[in-house]
Amino acid sequence: MAEIKLPENSRISTGKTFNAADNAKNKRRFVIYRWEPDSGANPRRDTFEIDLDSCGPMVLDALLMIKNEVDPTLSLRRSCREGICGSCAMNIDGTNTLACTKSIEEVKGDVKIYPLPHMPVVKDLIPDLSRFYAQYASVKPWLQAISATPPDRERLQSKEDRAKLDGLYECILCASCSTSCPSYWWNGDRYLGPAALLQAYRWIADSRDEFTGERLDELEDPFRLYRCHTIMNCTNTCPKGLNPGKAIGEIKKLIASRVL
Amino acid sequence: MVTMNRPLSPHIQIYRKQITSSLSILHRATGVFLSLGAFAFVYWLWALATGPEAYASAQAFFSSIIGRVLLLGWVFSLAYHFSNGIRHLFWDSGKGFQIETVYASGKAVLAISVLLTILVFGVAYAMRGGVV
Repeated sequence: MAEIKLPENSRISTGKTFNAADNAKNKRRFVIYRWEPDSGANPRRDTFEIDLDSCGPMVLDALLMIKNEVDPTLSLRRSCREGICGSCAMNIDGTNTLACTKSIEEVKGDVKIYPLPHMPVVKDLIPDLSRFYAQYASVKPWLQAISATPPDRERLQSKEDRAKLDGLYECILCASCSTSCPSYWWNGDRYLGPAALLQAYRWIADSRDEFTGERLDELEDPFRLYRCHTIMNCTNTCPKGLNPGKAIGEIKKLIASRVL
Repeated sequence: MVTMNRPLSPHIQIYRKQITSSLSILHRATGVFLSLGAFAFVYWLWALATGPEAYASAQAFFSSIIGRVLLLGWVFSLAYHFSNGIRHLFWDSGKGFQIETVYASGKAVLAISVLLTILVFGVAYAMRGGVV
């Protein structure tokens, strides 16, 4: 059921403000969600003023500059800084994306940064993704087959069949799509969410996989699959330009057409 | 993992309004409003079957300002829910999932709903013979 209001311990208060040096010419304010597990206090919004002239172009550059030069306790996940690892997914300027590929220039006004929406917070911009990963594991994201592996070579696939996986295999599991989805917000305990379903479809669509029927059986459930109401926030926000909404539509179509 | 009273990160409070989610919640809202309209429709049928006095009072209610605003809402809700339902049928057949198409079909559905509402109200007022 949709719980619109945040729980008592999650309401956000106004935090500290850190101003840039007076001689800075190109100032920009970053409003960042903070929560310290040890403090026992509610989350707060800290404001950091940054001189963009001494900062790299991406939001991640600004976050790391803040961490290095202003407040070393600011916590976030990051690794590759080039949109391939998916670690730095967060809510920037109202939509979910990767801090490393989101340019500061794209954002008008203050840059507001929150952790991925409707998730338990570990610290600051770090959400607890345990359930998200468990849901991914539940779709058995590996090749399943009964027939014996050819003794002398790999399982082969035609170029056409391989092309069916384009737009599916590129997912980096950053969780931007799932945490942009209102259905996932309200029913994330039972609905698998767009990321896990895109990956489910990636194996359903694979010509080498022999468990398509079992995979569809597993998904044919009022909650696991059918909490998707084609809202399409997922596709709108995917930082890799993938289309989870379409993948879910294809799964629904396959389930509907096999009973015809 | 032990979770010590972790806060829930903000969601609908901070997520930017999207055409995608706004039209979706409008579909839900018009659906709920139409269910209420079913009761009003049954009341009108009941009045029709009961006799001239009951029918006159039903007509008086639906001609009042509140009645007309409600009817406007129901006509728009029906138009939107119907045309957006057709949009959903396209999605169910696997078509129209590109984000540009989603935006275009969403705007088209809104425009068609407004046009249908104007059309229905235009015809209704015309049939009243200019009596407003």
